[in-house]
Amino acid sequence: MTFSNFIEQFWPSTINGLVLGSIYALIALGYTLVYGVLRLINFANSEVFMLSAFGSFWALQILGVPYRLGNGDDPYKTGLALVGTLGFMMLVSMVVGGTVAMGLERIAYRPLRKRHAPRLVFLISAIGASFAMSEAVGEFGPRGRQEYGIQRVLQKRKVFSIFSADVRNDYIIVVVGALLMMTVLVLFVNRTRIGRGIRAVAQDMETARLMGVNVDRVILITFLVGGLMAGGAAFLYEIYNGTARNTLGFELGVKAFTAAVLGGIGNIKGALLGGIVLGIIENWGTAIFQSNQKMGSVVAFSVLVLVLMFRPTGLLGEALGRSKA
Amino acid sequence: MSSAPPMPTEDPDRIASHAGPPTAAAKQVFGQRMAAASATMRRWSDAWARLPTVVRWSLLGLLLVFLYTLPLTKPWPIDTPGTDLAGVLGGTVVPYVVVALGLNVVVGMAGLLDLGYVGFYAVGAYTLGVLTSRHANLPWLLCLPICIVVSMVVGVLLGAPTLRLRGDYLAIVTLGFGEIIRLLAERLDWLGTINGIQGIGPPPNVGPFKFGVLNKNSFFYLGLTVIIVVYFFLKRLENSRVGRAWTAIREDEDAAELMGVPTFRFKLWAFAIGAAVGGLAGMLYAGKAGFINPDGFKINLSILFIAAVVLGGPGNMPGVVIGGIVVSYLPERFRFLNTSRYMWFGIALVIMMIFRPQGLLPRRAHGRTQPPDPPTFEDVKEGDPDLEGGAHGALA
Amino acid sequence: MQTTRVRQAGALLLSLAVVAGACGDDKKKDTKTTTAVTTASAGTTASSGTTASAGTTASAGTTASAGTTASAGTTASAGTSAGSSSAGTTASSGTAAGGSGSAAAIAPIPTGVKCDAGIKIAFLGALSGDNGALGTNMINGAQIAFDEFNKANPDCQVTFDSKHDSQGAADQASPLADAIVGDAKVIGLIGPGFSGETKATMPKFEAAGLPMITPGATNAKLSTNGWKMFHRILANDDKQAPGVVSLITNVIKGKAVGVIDDASEYGKGLADSVRSGLAAMDVANATIDPKAGDYSAAITAMKDKNVDTIFYGGYYAEAAKLVKQIRDAGLKATFVSGDGSLDNGFIKNGGSATEGSYLTATGAPGDVNPAFQAAFKAKFNADPALYSPEAYDCARVFLAGIAAGKVTRADMAAFVASYDQPGITKQIKFDSTGEPSGNAVYYTIVKDGKLAGQGLIPG
Repeated sequence: MTFSNFIEQFWPSTINGLVLGSIYALIALGYTLVYGVLRLINFANSEVFMLSAFGSFWALQILGVPYRLGNGDDPYKTGLALVGTLGFMMLVSMVVGGTVAMGLERIAYRPLRKRHAPRLVFLISAIGASFAMSEAVGEFGPRGRQEYGIQRVLQKRKVFSIFSADVRNDYIIVVVGALLMMTVLVLFVNRTRIGRGIRAVAQDMETARLMGVNVDRVILITFLVGGLMAGGAAFLYEIYNGTARNTLGFELGVKAFTAAVLGGIGNIKGALLGGIVLGIIENWGTAIFQSNQKMGSVVAFSVLVLVLMFRPTGLLGEALGRSKA
Repeated sequence: MSSAPPMPTEDPDRIASHAGPPTAAAKQVFGQRMAAASATMRRWSDAWARLPTVVRWSLLGLLLVFLYTLPLTKPWPIDTPGTDLAGVLGGTVVPYVVVALGLNVVVGMAGLLDLGYVGFYAVGAYTLGVLTSRHANLPWLLCLPICIVVSMVVGVLLGAPTLRLRGDYLAIVTLGFGEIIRLLAERLDWLGTINGIQGIGPPPNVGPFKFGVLNKNSFFYLGLTVIIVVYFFLKRLENSRVGRAWTAIREDEDAAELMGVPTFRFKLWAFAIGAAVGGLAGMLYAGKAGFINPDGFKINLSILFIAAVVLGGPGNMPGVVIGGIVVSYLPERFRFLNTSRYMWFGIALVIMMIFRPQGLLPRRAHGRTQPPDPPTFEDVKEGDPDLEGGAHGALA
Repeated sequence: MQTTRVRQAGALLLSLAVVAGACGDDKKKDTKTTTAVTTASAGTTASSGTTASAGTTASAGTTASAGTTASAGTTASAGTSAGSSSAGTTASSGTAAGGSGSAAAIAPIPTGVKCDAGIKIAFLGALSGDNGALGTNMINGAQIAFDEFNKANPDCQVTFDSKHDSQGAADQASPLADAIVGDAKVIGLIGPGFSGETKATMPKFEAAGLPMITPGATNAKLSTNGWKMFHRILANDDKQAPGVVSLITNVIKGKAVGVIDDASEYGKGLADSVRSGLAAMDVANATIDPKAGDYSAAITAMKDKNVDTIFYGGYYAEAAKLVKQIRDAGLKATFVSGDGSLDNGFIKNGGSATEGSYLTATGAPGDVNPAFQAAFKAKFNADPALYSPEAYDCARVFLAGIAAGKVTRADMAAFVASYDQPGITKQIKFDSTGEPSGNAVYYTIVKDGKLAGQGLIPG
């Protein structure tokens, strides 16, 4: 343990943790929303994220941005062209995410709901679906199981510094983008008719059905929204990181799920808080333990265990339009 | 909970059922399906019970002969082209089945969702590795009880602080513990770090059964024997006072607590026994493989273990045995599909769950305590394997 | 009351775990293990430093191979380019290769061989799962050798039994090894791909007397088990580390060095060896989790120590991501990595961030043999990648054995042990423990988006 390292690296660790945590938070929403409504762990959400990341990739191919050149520079864009390209990437990612998530609901979950299967069964079906999606990309993707490097259209630059830490333009896009999406989501859930439907179903599905809510539609929309968030997360991840492969989902999925539980699963604000706390703790843990990222994970899990011991329903407790008994 | 009140004399199953929350319509429908499924099962088992004893025993004997000769006969539908059947059975299927039996105690019987079970598997394997190769040269047979005890102790140590949590919170905490155990094995020099442990001692040779590197059949015979022993041990446990307490906790933890079942202690017992069996499975694996490294104990394995239990039919021991076989054997059977086999395995999981949501071999309603009547309210309740233990309902 | 105690117990347990982790780290510094992989697509090639002879030898090879693509290509390019490239530099991929180093032209493909039908050479390694890409590189490389051989020898069709996908996992590899050992037609094995699965399966191959040559398992300790059947084409990680150290101290003249590893058997083994070689310096250390994708914590540690040179022990996919993130963070340090990163995929995914990076290898440096490259590209529509050339060389050893009439495991084992021929990566020869000959460490620089071989590391 080297606390001197930790003190020296405190600000960069915190900033990086914040960025990573924002991405965790967006993926965590996919778990939290579905959990709030159906009380089941949507394990396949990680593969929705993975496929959406390939969506960003695909968007650039549609736009004809040249593939990695081997030498020379990335096809950087500026001004309107940059905004347009990024916007299109985000759109395609989110469309892919939303579509895949809805497809998942129709194929892997709805038949089980119709049969009133126990909750654990959804978990297994989700695991099966994740295997199938991840392996299908590895099997049929143009580069198979290799790593895909995404073309970079945004030139990363340092914008300003906080203490010793640099803040880059991509950090700002990720954090601001994630916060914006969260805000829109909160507004959507709290202010719109469909959002009210989601809250109603989360609170009591049977009663909602009796009150005339189309439960199937609400559930489908919940998955859609979760998928859109995963798509947005994937887009931001590609801006930040720029690579994708078929095994991308699992690791991030576990972290995001952990974030959702840490914040209080079923709680939208909890996902945000949990994601950011997890991202930062992980980076702090890494800095404390000789910059060993694996120890960062150990610390993150340990913090999760400790938090749950003292707050058994996460930092903010579970709530999606409900007060829990 | 400092002093445990005496156990009620009445069957806790019944208590749990009566004290349970009102059944939602959705649950009832599922319960009826379950009841129908278990009615079918009951017909079968009644037919089985009506057979003359001689016939029953000879049928069981035939089954055993069939199982024990599998590595020799390699019947076509069962053989695994592309890899070695005996090696798969002894090195993969046997540990998975033992694991499924152990995890069934935790998940199926006591209703605790444990996503970090691979941790106990790792503890068993590493204990054998440390004792027979890395730091000592103890004989395998001596290590057998040590592995079981060490895993059990770890189970109690991990269970004590976490078992107050319920449902999915318990799941994520156990997942965290499973991952911490692996990461520590990767990091501690004492456990061989990322390089793992080589040259782990095999079981001792017994007469014609040798346990050298190329004697894969003996490992299968040993494993099958261990499975049978573990099966009957757990079967006894299931039908005992402990087993009934677990059922009560699974059905409704609050009600069980109110009726005087010391839930924490019994949950801890479930955790400890599950861990012990998991450690035994890990030990069987390590003894066969001769080599272990932290990569062999990733989270995905925990999830496959859970899949084995749920797929087979949580709470039903023959079911989880089948689940364990399916999860470990199917990817190997699919080897003719080459690298796409895990994709097809995933698709197969989805399809199996859609068509058999209660599991391949669902739990029989109420076992021996229930007369073979048409489905009753108890059946409906019993059929709801909601593992939340009453914290909140499945789709409520 | 009890709840509180339980909580305390939990807290205690956790802190114990964390402390244990911390202690583990301190202790670990003196242990060194090593592993895995080595050379990447370091290919050597057809030509030697001196021109004329190279040209001629190579064409001899061509003739023999009766017009097979591979050597034909070689000859042409060797003939032309060798003249222009001096012993120091190699041109790179699409263009012809002027290899430096000592390798002569590769051994010709045998022709007119007759043998019994059904002889098999097996492969064991990861074709799917997390490391599926690396194993696929291996079988694709080896497949080229089998195609060439079978085309040139209609009367001796050797089957390449490549379907044994272990996913790099010891538990899957074990029954696969049983199946390979149990198939009497298999007389040689290419693989296992990684060190872990090699440790798990090698006792079986040893007991069955099946000779194997691994294209990827480079853990230094593998050859110390007394296994007679064990051979590897790549030098072990401990041999590479001194070269890396002298590269950093003598060539790059790094003053403040950072070492990052990927926590894998190979990456950590190599990085730990380098760390002990650099013990005199105050080295900044970091470990990344290759699956995490975001390495900012490691980079922060490097920036914090203001390093001018960073060594990374790991594979090319992560090396590319890491170097990109290093440049994004505004860190100008020279990037150095081992043979696991010596691959065009490093440049392809890392782009301009890789420019000026140093890569070491125990084979000869430079790019892949152009003939092999062309044949590979024609068949798989992709460039050969990490381990493809090594697997090709493994296959050539066994095929030469079959051509020499060695069709039993025992004969093949003896043949492999005494083999001494030039391959596309280097002179292929094994010592009594199965280690490859030659301890020289070469280095390559990424220049203008190409791998440019630089020759021996001055020691």
